[in-house]
Amino acid sequence: MATLTLTSVKKSFGPTEVIHGVDIDIAEGEFIVIVGPSGCGKSTLLRMVAGLETVSGGTIAIDGRTVNDVEPMDRDIAMVFQNYALYPHMSVFENMAYGLKIAKTPKAEIDARVAVAAKMLQLEPYLQRKPRELSGGQRQRVAMGRAIVRKPSVFLFDEPLSNLDAKLRVQMRLEIKALQKELGITSLYVTHDQVEAMTLADRMIVMNAGRADQIGTPLDVYENPATEFVAGFIGSPATNFFSPSAAFGRAPTVARIGVRPEHAQLAAPGQGRAQGKLLFAEALGAETLLHIRLNTGEMFTLRQDGTAPVPVEGADCGIDWPAERELDFDAEGRRLP
Amino acid sequence: MEKRVTFKGWLLPLLLLLPQVIITAVFFFYPAGQAIYQSLFIPDPFGLSMRFVGLGNFEFLLSDPYYRASFVTTAVFSILVTVVSMGAALYLAVLADRLIKGSGTYRTLLIWPYAVAPAVAGVLWMFMFNTRVGVVSWYLGLLGYDWNHVLNEGEAMGLVVVASAWGRVSYNFLFFLAGLQAIPRSVIEAAAIDGAHFWTRFRTIVFPLLSPTTFFLLVVNIVYAFFETFGVIHTITAGGPQQATTILVYKVYADGFVGQDLGSSAAQSVILLLVVGLLTIIQFKFIERRVHY
Ligand SMILES: Nc1ncnc2c1ncn2[C@@H]1O[C@H](COP(=O)(O)OP(=O)(O)OP(=O)(O)O)[C@@H](O)[C@H]1O
Ligand SMILES: [Mg+2]
Repeated sequence: MATLTLTSVKKSFGPTEVIHGVDIDIAEGEFIVIVGPSGCGKSTLLRMVAGLETVSGGTIAIDGRTVNDVEPMDRDIAMVFQNYALYPHMSVFENMAYGLKIAKTPKAEIDARVAVAAKMLQLEPYLQRKPRELSGGQRQRVAMGRAIVRKPSVFLFDEPLSNLDAKLRVQMRLEIKALQKELGITSLYVTHDQVEAMTLADRMIVMNAGRADQIGTPLDVYENPATEFVAGFIGSPATNFFSPSAAFGRAPTVARIGVRPEHAQLAAPGQGRAQGKLLFAEALGAETLLHIRLNTGEMFTLRQDGTAPVPVEGADCGIDWPAERELDFDAEGRRLP
Repeated sequence: MEKRVTFKGWLLPLLLLLPQVIITAVFFFYPAGQAIYQSLFIPDPFGLSMRFVGLGNFEFLLSDPYYRASFVTTAVFSILVTVVSMGAALYLAVLADRLIKGSGTYRTLLIWPYAVAPAVAGVLWMFMFNTRVGVVSWYLGLLGYDWNHVLNEGEAMGLVVVASAWGRVSYNFLFFLAGLQAIPRSVIEAAAIDGAHFWTRFRTIVFPLLSPTTFFLLVVNIVYAFFETFGVIHTITAGGPQQATTILVYKVYADGFVGQDLGSSAAQSVILLLVVGLLTIIQFKFIERRVHY
């Protein structure tokens, strides 16, 4: 267990800077999720913490000790890779014991620690198998086990669930969360899946093109997105954005308005804050998504209860939302109060 | 359903196969048959008549100290050539693998020696180490070392080993580099995070994962050292000094064409035929079960 502190961490590959300065203070035992679209620099940031990439600027400190120039093996971290990176020629037991063997841990203790991890991950029947004789989910568990047995002070995960099917992903997500709670090890977890981020994180870092747009608890990020990007990235279906001309009476600094589909409701034509025509409706059972074309030509998705009445397609309709749910952004995409 | 290309009639397929069949027959089956046949006879000194001796040639060979010495020489030579060429290739491949960027040029440069025929390579090395005009022996002389592979058996062996291995390094390098690059980067990184430094990673992860490549190259290089190094030895030492570099293949030539002992030479060929057959079987067995780990 340890704290992890990133101070204006930067990274360049040759002349191109891909991380433009990230700051975060991670408390002991906290589960932090880095989320963002493909190519925004999540893996790069994680790999810098792991020591697999050099740091171009700023400092990374584990438990107060700056580790910029410390080799990966001396950082007391463990990492779970997207493709698991198991040692193909070693059995499950040997895979988990590898790090301990190198650390010259006594044989009895290795056996004991691997046994505990194997029990925790339900891997006991497979200890003598080779990785290629395991299913995807089992391999994933072995990768977790390899990280657990070393009792590191920081866990790093790089999209550990992205190679699993949807059902297994949900199951493993719960297992990872439970495991982390039980072990209480500071964790940094990378994903591009916002559901994974929302459910796992104590706090999440939303990254956008090499910057941390927002750092906060999942609910805080959802309720109070700091930028237009964050508002659009977190939440499903995605937030509607439209120009102020679709509604009336906004300050001239407002460049874009954002309203989440679940925060809007239908109003009678001519009523509410904006007007449009219903293009089509998607009935999903528990909920219905109404796709509306605003008078300005912009699209608006509205989510309502599956039991609520739906206007006929092509009908004029008004859209309303509570004032405090409206998200206003300036021309740079920054949130306005 | 599997779709197969079939020929109507048998004339065309036969015609298409014929060149290969003829080449194999003329250059392999016929000489091999002749060798087996002749190995059972001893011709008289003028080659006018032959006396049937059964396995006499083989019995004589196996009790002949010179032939046994040649076996040992061949073993030493093959092991040295294999170890030197594979060791050098692996070392270079590991270096190239670390700086993937430069490896394109590196690779192209390293393939050159492979294109040099063994006899030419032999001449090349012979001139470099020539006791009177060689560049290397001249520099060695400056350093106070009197190089003379014409008289010194160890130096002769060393020279033919290096000359033979040199031509193989590029071939082995390409296979090793391909093998190294097939190892996922993340596996190496995982090992680094697990605490393994470079040498430990090499010993416990990289080398085991390279074992299919290594085994394949082992067989191929031994076959090479056994059979294809004739040109190098012929041009550099001609089997000397004494018998120090007379490997089995060279002895077939020396006894048969120089010594005119055709019966014994044929018997030696048959023994080599068995050796190469054995190596081929090992190799095929290996290819059947490619993956070792
Ligand atoms: N070794 C490298 N050399 C040059 N550029 C790189 C290198 N590695 C990553 N990049 C660049 O850095 C940026 C961030 O890459 P990174 O792998 O961190 O993205 P990511 O957020 O993990 O994306 P994904 O979700 O697709 O994994 C990308 O634009 C990528 O092209
Ligand atoms: Mg990534």
